[in-house]
Amino acid sequence: MSYSQKNIRNFCIIAHIDHGKSTLADRLLEYTKTISERELQNQLLDDMDLERERGITIKSHAIQMNHSFMGTTYTLNLIDTPGHVDFSYEVSRSIAACEGALLIVDAAQGIEAQTISNLYLALENDLKIIPVMNKIDLDSADIESTKDQIIDLLGCDGSEIIGASGKTGQGIEQIIDAIINKIPYPSGDSRGHLQALIFDSVYNPFRGIEAYFKIVSGSIKKNDKVKFFSTGREYHADEIGTLRLEKEPKEIINTGDVGYIISGIKNAQEVKVGDTITSCENSCKSPISGFEEVKPMVFSGIYPVDSDDYEELRSSLEKLQLNDASLTFEPESSIALGFGFRCGFLGMLHMEIIQERLEREFNMSVINTVPNVSYYASLKNKENIQINNPSDFPSVDQIEKVTEPYIKAQIITKSDFIGQVMNLCIEKRGVLTSQVYLTTNRVELSFEMPLAEIVFDFYDKLKSISKGYASFDYQADGYKSTSLVKLDIMLNGDQVDALSSLLHKKHAFTIGKKICIKLKELIPKQQFDVAIQGAIGSKIIARETVKAVRKDVTAKCYGGDITRKRKLLEKQKKGKKKMKQIGSVEIPQNAFLAVLKLND
Amino acid sequence: MSGIYVHIPFCSKACHYCDFHFSTSLNLVEGVISCIQIELKKKKHLLSNKTIKSIYFGGGTPSAIHHDFIFDILNTIKENFNLSKNIECTIEMNPDNVSPELIRKYYDNGINRVSLGVQSFRDCDLLYMNRSHDGKQAIESLEILSKSRINNLNVDLIYGYPTLDDKSWIENLKILTGFNVHHISCYCMTIEKKTALEFLIKKKKLRPLEPDTGARQFKIARDFLTRNKFTHYEISNYSIKNFKSVHNQNYWNHSNYIGVGPSAHSFVDNLRQWNINNNKKYCDQIHASKKFYQKEKLNRKNIFNEYIFMNLRSFKGLDISHCYKQLKPNEIKDFNNEIKKLENLNVLRKKNNLIYLNEKGMLISDNISSRLFLV
Repeated sequence: MSYSQKNIRNFCIIAHIDHGKSTLADRLLEYTKTISERELQNQLLDDMDLERERGITIKSHAIQMNHSFMGTTYTLNLIDTPGHVDFSYEVSRSIAACEGALLIVDAAQGIEAQTISNLYLALENDLKIIPVMNKIDLDSADIESTKDQIIDLLGCDGSEIIGASGKTGQGIEQIIDAIINKIPYPSGDSRGHLQALIFDSVYNPFRGIEAYFKIVSGSIKKNDKVKFFSTGREYHADEIGTLRLEKEPKEIINTGDVGYIISGIKNAQEVKVGDTITSCENSCKSPISGFEEVKPMVFSGIYPVDSDDYEELRSSLEKLQLNDASLTFEPESSIALGFGFRCGFLGMLHMEIIQERLEREFNMSVINTVPNVSYYASLKNKENIQINNPSDFPSVDQIEKVTEPYIKAQIITKSDFIGQVMNLCIEKRGVLTSQVYLTTNRVELSFEMPLAEIVFDFYDKLKSISKGYASFDYQADGYKSTSLVKLDIMLNGDQVDALSSLLHKKHAFTIGKKICIKLKELIPKQQFDVAIQGAIGSKIIARETVKAVRKDVTAKCYGGDITRKRKLLEKQKKGKKKMKQIGSVEIPQNAFLAVLKLND
Repeated sequence: MSGIYVHIPFCSKACHYCDFHFSTSLNLVEGVISCIQIELKKKKHLLSNKTIKSIYFGGGTPSAIHHDFIFDILNTIKENFNLSKNIECTIEMNPDNVSPELIRKYYDNGINRVSLGVQSFRDCDLLYMNRSHDGKQAIESLEILSKSRINNLNVDLIYGYPTLDDKSWIENLKILTGFNVHHISCYCMTIEKKTALEFLIKKKKLRPLEPDTGARQFKIARDFLTRNKFTHYEISNYSIKNFKSVHNQNYWNHSNYIGVGPSAHSFVDNLRQWNINNNKKYCDQIHASKKFYQKEKLNRKNIFNEYIFMNLRSFKGLDISHCYKQLKPNEIKDFNNEIKKLENLNVLRKKNNLIYLNEKGMLISDNISSRLFLV
């Protein structure tokens, strides 16, 4: 097949979780005969178990299709985008690699917050939007209202909206036609200096990092010497190729096309999403704009339950970091928990995923401490410090000023829930900046609010007050000054550093009380009374007591009782093994996240 | 030392707290008894060259069925097993079944020990438990037994439920020790799953148990009985000198025993078996020569755990050197750590390489055992 830049179409899919992106993508692959039905494993693009279970694409991928249309063969590159707010920078780079986007809206659910924020990203990047209304086969599909919402949002003509069903295959042909006819081919000087945008990478345990890129200008050949702009590191292009169902090695990849490069890179941190690949000999003058170092937003301590597993935990985190460069960690120690790591995550979901992968893939039993955002403090001695850990919090008399990260948040909900959603956001120190009705009964609320408030039980509350109907998205929005206190927890008089948390002054008292009550629920009875105290500075603000177990003895123990009781006690012992002993008190893993579960 | 347990799964009335297997319908008595006899013959080989030191008729209520059924089973045992000359042969009885004639018949057929389910002498307590007898019958049955030739008498009492205050509990103990009893089992009321007691408390039809009563009344019984010539030799068991239950010690020593009848357990050479706990299915399977039990071979850890659990309960002391012999080097380290922690918590004491629970420890012996378990 001869190469022609004019026959390439690069597109992504913008959709809210559950709106059927993956199923629709599968249909496109099937229709273009990229895969046969037999090969079609449901939702092919999400290939981690965890992703499939959670129904979200965590790491994006790309896949190339060929399609013959009116006698010409077109190359269609579908660039998949991660579907969760924590990964918004990765989404932005995937979008930047495309010329067009399918906007998929579930006909039964309508437009959601994430759809809108990603759509704005796409519009900022001048992408051609092809609106698709999915799941029109459902009985609950509200086709007219969804159509109106899309028209309102895009200002498009109703006739442009394609009705489709990933389930039945309806509308797939029209989508392919629209991709070819409406999305512009990639621009870029094919004879210019090499500039390729890295939009994703994956870790291959045998061959090192595979970086996925789109060529913005010039071309890349096998065995070229290339340079990554932001790090300045140089590599040998051992293998380049395009992404079909399997990797397909090529000798050359030209302007506008999407491909992968393998160059023996062992460490994921050398491959940064948004970075520019150029040629060593004929380097471009400037990188592709829009590169940002991804910074962790949420920090939490991760400790092994058994302190002997510290080195194993380190090596597990290192392996995780190989394919997840957004995870950061550095050693820290806690008086209560011993040696562990302070880890940085993109957000709460990212944190949960890492914790789960540690348990599932590495069989590590770990304790997560209460997460916090990153604060900055100006001290009276003119020093400025960053605070990623409650234990770094200086004493109050040294502090001049503390700032905390803010976000811009968008929430889309049914108009019935506006009152509750507003109350929640205001309680969470949010300030309403706009209120837009998308339809008569769907409204978009925008807030400025502290990121820290999202870390604590925000999602769950939002879900419950809106009966699951509110959708949420956010972007970082700089730092603002704040009034912060450190809440300490003491068990039988000893402060447990791993249970400390940083709270806004306004909430400290109520949350402190709730934490003590929650800990009382979570800490099992011991052989002695356990006093739980919450303190701010030297002031005790709450106290609860877990009463000692007075009696725990089987009355009858003959023939059959013996086996039954032994099995029960063996089970109890297994549970105890997972607890952390602090001083003489045994604390279950989940107690360290008590602050996140205050409303359970 | 080997034993035979015979489960008679019939009762005249269902006690609220009971989670043992029984039926209040006597339709199947004949069938079950004949199947028990078949089962005894099937299990004969398990104890073929052993001497039987104890036979125990439990239930259910063995005294609720006609005595000839019991004697049929006893005859089958005599024909198929080697019995010790000074065998302990026990039958569980309810006070309302006790009569001089029945006791005489039992005695004449080789039964030399009675375990009497008194539970309390007070009608309000017996009503709370839904027992089949009243306080007056309890006294009368003890009078009859005292005058009989049965020279080894156990009485069961239950404490730790809302109708029984501390004063009444002491009163029960006083009445009982006024008779010539040799052995007393004091059980703390326990709400077992799927019992009427659990249901009725949940539905607020019966008053719930109060958490501290059990611990307090445990101490009351222990104080009272040890001051009245009884030795406290297991969590729930007291005896006067030379009258510890042979049968129960058999369980706690990991000795071999076979259990026959629906739901009965057997334990031979670290293999545990338990029968179907349904009278009809049990009979059907026995008649069809099909499998009527499940089994489990204990592994090293299970054996160790049971040793810990039973030796702590039966106050014989944990033999530390015996424990070490069964443990791997890394396990010994953990074991010693736990022992040290428990010593610091003041729940056990060491004497001559043996570890015993103190009174505080006895009350939480499950918790302590579990800490020392291997998993």
